[in-house]
Amino acid sequence: MSREDVLVSAAWAEENLNAEGVVFVEVDEDASAYDTGHIPGAVKVDWKQDLQDPVRRDFVDRAGFEKLLSARGIGNDDTVILYGGNNNWFAAYAYWYFKLYGHQSVKLLDGGRKKWELDGRPLDADAVTRDETTYSAKEQDLSLRAFRDEAVAAINTKNLVDVRSPDEFSGKLSAPAHLPQEQAQVKGHIPTAINVPWSKAANEDGTFKSNDELRELYREAGLDEGKATVAYCRIGERSSHTWFALRELLGYTDVKNYDGSWTEYGSLVGVPVEVGA
Amino acid sequence: MSSSCGAPEQGSALPANVDAGKEVVLNGKVTNGGTPVGGAFVRLLDSTGEFTAEVVSSSEGDFRFFAAPGDWTVRALHRDGNGEATVSASGPGLHEVTVSVG
Repeated sequence: MSREDVLVSAAWAEENLNAEGVVFVEVDEDASAYDTGHIPGAVKVDWKQDLQDPVRRDFVDRAGFEKLLSARGIGNDDTVILYGGNNNWFAAYAYWYFKLYGHQSVKLLDGGRKKWELDGRPLDADAVTRDETTYSAKEQDLSLRAFRDEAVAAINTKNLVDVRSPDEFSGKLSAPAHLPQEQAQVKGHIPTAINVPWSKAANEDGTFKSNDELRELYREAGLDEGKATVAYCRIGERSSHTWFALRELLGYTDVKNYDGSWTEYGSLVGVPVEVGA
Repeated sequence: MSSSCGAPEQGSALPANVDAGKEVVLNGKVTNGGTPVGGAFVRLLDSTGEFTAEVVSSSEGDFRFFAAPGDWTVRALHRDGNGEATVSASGPGLHEVTVSVG
């Protein structure tokens, strides 16, 4: 898989806004961003309302994913271009869902909304309607998803990549620095995890670093290329960003995202926890 | 916002669930020639220059970070230009900072 198969530039995107079979999808945590201005023709997916289970802690199931994509007018054969705010965190999370549910052609817009805005490219607030489709999803591809027991079993056996900030990793903070501090019962990280903050994989403008820079970054941090990898963060979206870098850009084959992440692990009874850098 | 990692709405008034007596709050504004700049990407860097968090300034140019005591750099990116400022937070409370771009 090459970089072009999974990532498109803002320039490519602007040239292909009206291309046949290409659907732009904005995925945000802050859904109001879309309403004030979005890439022309893009449909909206709300990370919370559309992608999370309303009751249990889990995300949209297969039938729910089919219903959502059908309603948004996305067909099985469409090439889906995902983008969003927060350096594409939620777009990367959605990308992971699309892969989990077996969508053939899905790519991320490199740099997401940030790069698009910094470039001064067009946004509009026009309502977007697409004809409803009958989308058919596959069963979740669990080779991409790690659950809690697998996270525990990965200690000392697989690469564990904690992509949170150094202060969250060491146990100084329990959430990113722009959010009130709350969540898991204890602070710290999974023993033997290496700490490579998601942000190190991105340039200041939100685009991904080059493959050479990325490979060097993880190698230097101690990633063993001969082993399987589990990535985690606090709730699983920042780690989707790193999962994308490791599996989709660098091509490592056995890479899973642990979406339960620290809010689950840090609340489990009886599991080992490490603090400090 | 407890269940998300996303950026909460920025504004100058503290949310009711935040206790400024316990938390280190960096409160600031992005300006260009004295005029507030909304829609700037504001990045919080620690004392080693390492990225910590990012928010988008409100239409009034406001932004806020919940941090830890220490020296911080706040860097703003905008279509009109970039800029940065430093702030030292000795302990809990509100710490004000202004970043000019352009």
